[in-house]
Amino acid sequence: MTALLPAPAADVDAVARNRVRRASRRRVVVTVLAVLVVVTFVTTLMVGRTFYPLGDVVRVVLGERVPGASFTVGRLRLPRGVLAVVAGLCFGLGGVTFQTMLRNPLASPDVIGISSGASAAAVVGIVIFSLDGTAVSTIAVAAALGVAVLIYGLAFKGGVAGTRLILIGIGVGAMLTSVINYVLTKAGQWDYQEALRWLTGSLNGTTWTAVLPALVALLVLAPVLLGQAKNLSALQLGDDAAAALGVRVERTRLIAIVTAVGLVAFATAACGPIAFVSFLAGPIAARIVGPHGSLLVPAALVGALLVLVADLVGQFAFDTRFPVGVVTGVLGAPYLIYLIIRTNRAGGSL
Amino acid sequence: MTSVLPVPTPDAATRRRPGSGRLLWLLVVLAVLALLSVASVAIGSRGVGWSDIWSALGGSSETIEEAAVTKRIPRTVLAVLVGSALGLAGAVMQGVTRNPLADPGVLGINMGASLAVVAGLAWFGLFTATSRIFVAVAGAALAAVFVYAVGALGRGGPTPLKLALAGAATSAALTSFITAIALPRGDIAANVQSFQVGGVGGATFDNLTPVLPFLAVGLVISLLSARGLNSLALGDELAAGLGERVAVARGVAALGSVLLCGAATAVAGPIWFVGLVVPHLCRLLVGVDHRWLLPFSALAGASLLVASDVIGRIVARPSELDVGIITALVGAPFFIAVVRRQRVREL
Repeated sequence: MTALLPAPAADVDAVARNRVRRASRRRVVVTVLAVLVVVTFVTTLMVGRTFYPLGDVVRVVLGERVPGASFTVGRLRLPRGVLAVVAGLCFGLGGVTFQTMLRNPLASPDVIGISSGASAAAVVGIVIFSLDGTAVSTIAVAAALGVAVLIYGLAFKGGVAGTRLILIGIGVGAMLTSVINYVLTKAGQWDYQEALRWLTGSLNGTTWTAVLPALVALLVLAPVLLGQAKNLSALQLGDDAAAALGVRVERTRLIAIVTAVGLVAFATAACGPIAFVSFLAGPIAARIVGPHGSLLVPAALVGALLVLVADLVGQFAFDTRFPVGVVTGVLGAPYLIYLIIRTNRAGGSL
Repeated sequence: MTSVLPVPTPDAATRRRPGSGRLLWLLVVLAVLALLSVASVAIGSRGVGWSDIWSALGGSSETIEEAAVTKRIPRTVLAVLVGSALGLAGAVMQGVTRNPLADPGVLGINMGASLAVVAGLAWFGLFTATSRIFVAVAGAALAAVFVYAVGALGRGGPTPLKLALAGAATSAALTSFITAIALPRGDIAANVQSFQVGGVGGATFDNLTPVLPFLAVGLVISLLSARGLNSLALGDELAAGLGERVAVARGVAALGSVLLCGAATAVAGPIWFVGLVVPHLCRLLVGVDHRWLLPFSALAGASLLVASDVIGRIVARPSELDVGIITALVGAPFFIAVVRRQRVREL
C-alpha cells in the first residue's frame, strides 16, 4: 500500500510545484486573453466599409480631429466596440457567477430567463413608455431582479434543486419571450432587425447614450463582485464547508446575486440578451485556465472576446450583416447540446 | 418511473367512472368548441351581426362585413385543425415517453419542423404546399429522434426532466439556425416571424387543403395507438408481459404524433404548450384511459387554440396577436406548475 504513495515530503513539494505551475499558467492565460481583447477591439475600430490605419484610430481615440475617421470611428465604431467589450465583460461575469453559485453550467442567466426578463422590461419601457438611457436600464435591472426572485421562489420546495430551477427558468423565459413578441406586435412596428435586438441581441446602431449606463454599472459592480471572488470559490465547496472556512454564506450569496443580475441587466438594456455569451464564457474559461483560483476575470475576458469576435464575424464574414446574437446563438447551440449529452452520460446532476 | 404519470394508481374513482359521465363531458367539450368557433367567426376588428354571418355562411361576400366573415371561416377551421392536432400529438407524446412534460413545443419538435421548412424554402426552393409539409414532417421526425436520443443518454434513461431540458436546448439551437438561414433572404425574412411564433392568421381554404391528408393519417394512427399506449402506461416489462410489442407500439404512436405536429407546424408555425396543457386537463375530466383521452385531447386542443386566437384578436385590437404568443403566456405557468409537482427524486 505505502509503496503506491510517494513519500510525504516529496508530496508536499509536488503540491507546491503544481500550485506554482497552475498559478503561472493562469497568469499567462489571463494576459493572453487581455491582449487578444485589446487587439480585437482595435481591429473592430479599424475595419469596416472603409479601412482606417492604426494611427488614425489612435488619434481619434485621443480626441484629435481626423477628417472622415472622426465620424466613422468616433461616432459609429467606437461606441459599438466599447459596448461589445462592456457587454461581454458583464455577461461573462454574471454568467460565471451564477454557474459557480448554483454549481451547474446550465444555470446561466440567459438559460434561466433572467436575461429575457431584462429584455422584456427594456422592450416595454422603450416601445410602450418611450423611455431611454438610464430609465430603461433601471427598469431592466428591477425586472431582472424580480425574475430572479420569482424563479428562486418557484423553484424553492424544501430546498432548491438545480434542475428544477433551470426548468422553471426555461418556462419563465418562454413566457417573457412571448411578452417581448407581444409588445413588438402590439406596437405595430414589427421590424425584424429591431425585434432581433431584444430576442437575441444586437450591437447595430449603438450610441453613447446606450453605452453609458452599462459602462458605469460595470465600473461600479465588477469591483464589488471581484471582491467576493475568494468567498465565491469557497461556496463551491458547499455551504457548510464555506461557513467553516469563515465565509458569511448568505451575505456572499446575496451580494453575488445582486451584482451579477445587475451586470447582466444593464448590459441587456443596452444591446439585448446576446445569446449564450453568459452561458459559454464560464465553461470556456474553465477549460483554458484549468482548476485554479477564481474564474471571474478569465470568464469576463472570454465574454468580451466572444462578443467582439462574433460581432466581427456577423458584420463581415457573410454577405448579410448578422446581428451579434445570431452568431453567438449558432455557435453556442451545439455546445449547449454537447454539454447536456456529457452531463447525461456522466449521470451527473441531471 | 411509473409514478411520473398518475396512471397506474388503481384509483377507484377514475377506474369506475361511468361511461355516461364521459359522454356528458364529451357533449360539453363539443358544445364549447362549437360556441368558440361561432365566436371566432363573429369577433374581430370589424363587428358583424348575425345576419351578416348567416349570409356569409351562405356564400355571399358582398358587404364588407360578409367579406370579413368569409375570411374568418378558414381561419377558424385552421385553428380547429391545428389545435386538435397539437392536443392529440401532446397526449400521444406524453403516453409514448411517459413524460408529463412532453409537448411538441417543449421537446423542440415543432422547431425542427420549422427549421426544415425554412431550410427547404431557402436552399431547395420548396415552395409548394405539399413539399413543404413533407419537409416539415421529416424535420419533426429528425428533431424527435434527436431529442429522445440526447435525453435518453446516461443513467435512468429518458427521465421527464432530462427530455424537457434536451428539448428546450434543442429549441434554442434550432431558433438560432432559423434566424441565421432566414435573415439573408429578404423574400423569406419578411415572414420569418411566422417560423418562430405560430399563428393562424391569413389562412385560406386553398393553403389549408394540402395538409388535410397528413392530418387525417396522423389522426387515424394516433387514435389507433390508444390501446398500445394504455399498455405502455403500465411500464415496458409489464406491457411486454401482456403480449404488447413495446417497440412497435411506441414507434407507431410516435409516428402518428410526429405526423400531426409536423403537418400542424407546416401550416401554422411552431405553437408551444397546447400539447402540454390539454392532456393534463383532459386527464382530470376523463381519466387516464387513452381510448377516451386521445379524442378528448383533440377536441379540447381545438377549443384551446380557437379560444387563444379569439383572445389574440380581442386584446390587440385593431391588429391581432399571433396565437402562439397567447398559448405561451397561458401554457408556461402550467409548465412551471407541472415541474413543481415533480418529486425531488426525479430531479
